[in-house]
Amino acid sequence: MTGALVLRELRLAATGGAVLLPLIFFLLVATLFPFAVGPDSALLARTGGGALWMAALLAALLPIDRLIEPDLSAGVLDQLAVRGVGEETIAFAKLAGHWLGFGPPLMIAALPAAALMKLPADVLLRLELGLLAGTPGLAALTLIVAAVTAGLRSGGALAGLLALPVAVPILIFGAGLVERGADAGALKLLAAVSLLLVAIAPFAVGAAIRAARF
Amino acid sequence: MSCGALLELKSVACVRGGRLLFEGLDLTLAPGGAALVKGPNGAGKSSLLRLAAGLLRAAAGEVVRAPGPIGFADENLALDPRLTLGRALAFWERDAQAGLDAMGLVRLREVPVRMLSTGQRKRAALARVVAGGSRLWLIDEPANGLDAEGRDRLAAAMARHRGTGGAILAASHQPLGLDGAVTVTL
Repeated sequence: MTGALVLRELRLAATGGAVLLPLIFFLLVATLFPFAVGPDSALLARTGGGALWMAALLAALLPIDRLIEPDLSAGVLDQLAVRGVGEETIAFAKLAGHWLGFGPPLMIAALPAAALMKLPADVLLRLELGLLAGTPGLAALTLIVAAVTAGLRSGGALAGLLALPVAVPILIFGAGLVERGADAGALKLLAAVSLLLVAIAPFAVGAAIRAARF
Repeated sequence: MSCGALLELKSVACVRGGRLLFEGLDLTLAPGGAALVKGPNGAGKSSLLRLAAGLLRAAAGEVVRAPGPIGFADENLALDPRLTLGRALAFWERDAQAGLDAMGLVRLREVPVRMLSTGQRKRAALARVVAGGSRLWLIDEPANGLDAEGRDRLAAAMARHRGTGGAILAASHQPLGLDGAVTVTL
């Protein structure tokens, strides 16, 4: 059942715009940023990594109202429950499916984005490393907030307010890794924050799904 | 638990939104048994079904179910509107054919779920219950939106289910043709 759930998440993400929308948003920011700060290569290379990290973070928030709420209101979570599928299993499958539809496409989109920002090759490599380590955490955070706000009126607006403060460490360490280069500490801290979020997500999301039902 | 019962409610009480809906409710469903829940709108019929399914906690009393999955159908369809009916059902039940046959949906297999009418959606929800092969069925207003032919198919499917040792708890305002069913009035 877990495999079927992961596949379902991927299918929903691919057909419902949850993959395309964040990607387009991410690339739009990368396109607009050079227009805003000017075509100075040195300035772009210095600030571009941070701007891309900000774009990645905001892109992660875009599909937040499609992750849990539709399944809750359509009764999908009820049908899974009466089949004995645990809430934590559902949460884990959703996390896996959501990351697969969000992390790797974003890492691919980072290639043209980095070209638009005129980022040198070593900076691009650090950006990709950071995205690899950080996007699971972003996906986990998005899923937790989506589950906590599912069933609330205007949950989407609240979700952004809840998620952004918690996402700040990911932004700091991710952008720090891009800018400070050889400093391996930033990557470790980024991975640690990400791991923590991934580890608590199944339990937090599971508890939130149960609470939304009762 | 009395031997072999599929569902047993022992002096169950249900509170929703701070309001007591019912209390002291006892009900036992043995294989082949059926119960019809009646009561005015808002009396707690759907809540009783969710309680029995384990989707709600009882405020008091005890709910005991035989192990295994449950066939549950309420007003939420839980089928992906973008998929065809056949594929949407196949997500839940590997072999949905029995359900499609029983509810007369074979012709609609390739039709997207979002194109289905109210009655056809109800048939689809019931088809999933039939195809699931669970021994305990919990069905909420199963005849809503069904035409005469659909109600006949529903009655036939329920009779077959009880004949093979299944049990049914249904909430409905309409007669469902459940012979010898216990009536629970909320």
